[in-house]
Amino acid sequence: MTEPVPPPRTLPVIDLDNRAYWTSGRNGVLAIFRCRSCAGYVHPPVPFCAACEATDVAPEAVSGRGKIESFTINHKQWVPGLPVPYVLALIALDEAPEVRLVANITHCDPAEVTFGMPVQVWFEPHEDLWIPLFRPTRSVR
Amino acid sequence: MTAFAEKNTAITGVGLSDVSRGASKSALSLTVDAAMEAIGDAGLTRTEIDGIATWPGERADGSGFSPVGCAAVQDALRLKVNWYAGGGEAPGQYGAVFNAIGAITAGLCRNVLIFRTMYEATARKSAFANSLLKQGERQAGPFAWYAPYYTYAAALQQALFFNLYVHKSGIRPEQVAQVPINQRRNAALNPKAIYRTPITLEDYLASPLIATPLRLFDCDVPCDGAVAIIVSRLEVARSLRNPPVRIEAIGSSMHYRNSWTQLDALDTQAQPKVAEMMWRRTDLKPADVDIAQLYDGFTYHTLNWLENFGFCERYGAKDFIEGGHRISLEGDLPVNTGGGALSAGRLHAYGAVHEACTQLWGRGGQRQVKGAPRVCATSTAGGPLAGAMLLVRD
Repeated sequence: MTEPVPPPRTLPVIDLDNRAYWTSGRNGVLAIFRCRSCAGYVHPPVPFCAACEATDVAPEAVSGRGKIESFTINHKQWVPGLPVPYVLALIALDEAPEVRLVANITHCDPAEVTFGMPVQVWFEPHEDLWIPLFRPTRSVR
Repeated sequence: MTAFAEKNTAITGVGLSDVSRGASKSALSLTVDAAMEAIGDAGLTRTEIDGIATWPGERADGSGFSPVGCAAVQDALRLKVNWYAGGGEAPGQYGAVFNAIGAITAGLCRNVLIFRTMYEATARKSAFANSLLKQGERQAGPFAWYAPYYTYAAALQQALFFNLYVHKSGIRPEQVAQVPINQRRNAALNPKAIYRTPITLEDYLASPLIATPLRLFDCDVPCDGAVAIIVSRLEVARSLRNPPVRIEAIGSSMHYRNSWTQLDALDTQAQPKVAEMMWRRTDLKPADVDIAQLYDGFTYHTLNWLENFGFCERYGAKDFIEGGHRISLEGDLPVNTGGGALSAGRLHAYGAVHEACTQLWGRGGQRQVKGAPRVCATSTAGGPLAGAMLLVRD
């Protein structure tokens, strides 16, 4: 028996600011804009720090570890072939909890996902992009 | 003139087209029906309409989300307006009203036709029209951050916010259920509501899970329909046939980060500052409110607004609605008295304004709230969008 083919992930339009976020996975790291002046993180990425007004803001690798701030278990099969249930989550980065990333939580039973659960980024290549996804930290060997 | 411009404006007429799960008329035809009814209700004629506004303006994308804009209505009715505006970057659906208040105050116009048209029921018969994603196309804009993650509908984004609300408030499904149960009870008394058969707690708990914690009965009902209202300069309003429904105060602020991911307070959404702004612009208090028409794109929006308007404490909505009596037609604060978007159709906050005026003008028929309600709080939108109005019968 062959597995049903999941629908393709819809990819973002890439621009000068978000390119690092969607491509840094090529090097196995997650890149978030950071202010070189005050060291604050800036997300969504724009080369301007709202904390100190510096413009020297550039992508920097982070640990890729975070905690689930909120999540939903989707049960509705919106399109044919969509594997349900699946988890959509907002993840607060360990380095900067105010930076919230959207992603699916993979490599676990949706019923095991909890608020505050530690998660770790991994990347799925699609065309020229590397899509950040997260899985429970415990499953990272 | 008072310092707050909205106090010099009032709603003077309302109109509602047929509302259905599949119309026999075009979206423009429904809009014309609503517009002509509103103009007539105000005691005006087309020649006296000198402004027109809508939210979010025409979107010819086949989704039915906003198939009709100012231009089509202006031309169909051959209006001669001095001012017009339709656009989505505004404090939610009521942005069109807030713009009209500005235009009236600026002396650009005296009677503004404001409308909101939905054609989502028909659109969904031929396409996957509620998708936030376009298959095979790369996505730009604020939803691009969600694009790769199978975020097909607003329900998923909102579920992220609502699940956190459930986690923090401890609300139980049987408490949430009071919102749709109450609204269906009200809809049973509203001849224009789409779903009029009462539902029980068991029905709610048995309705399919969409995305936790959202069940089907937590979601509004896509429909075909149009609402129109006339907003007039107050001194004009006082010369017309209906008692003016004054716009006592509005909340239109954007103090939070306007982002569907970086919103400052996820579980309360953008509403708290908007509600605070509204209350700062009036001497009235939450206790003065007779009825509330609260946004109900999803049940949790209504719960959020009960708290953010100050009708109850933060995370107190679960106790406020327990058992359902307090928000019923006979309760202390009747909520969504015509069935709301959950039962009467997703007219996207303009159904709420229509129902507010219906009640304030004593036209509610079987669902009329007793005691001649005079003050209504009404609200729009979710996520980083929010708008609020306090309406008072003159």
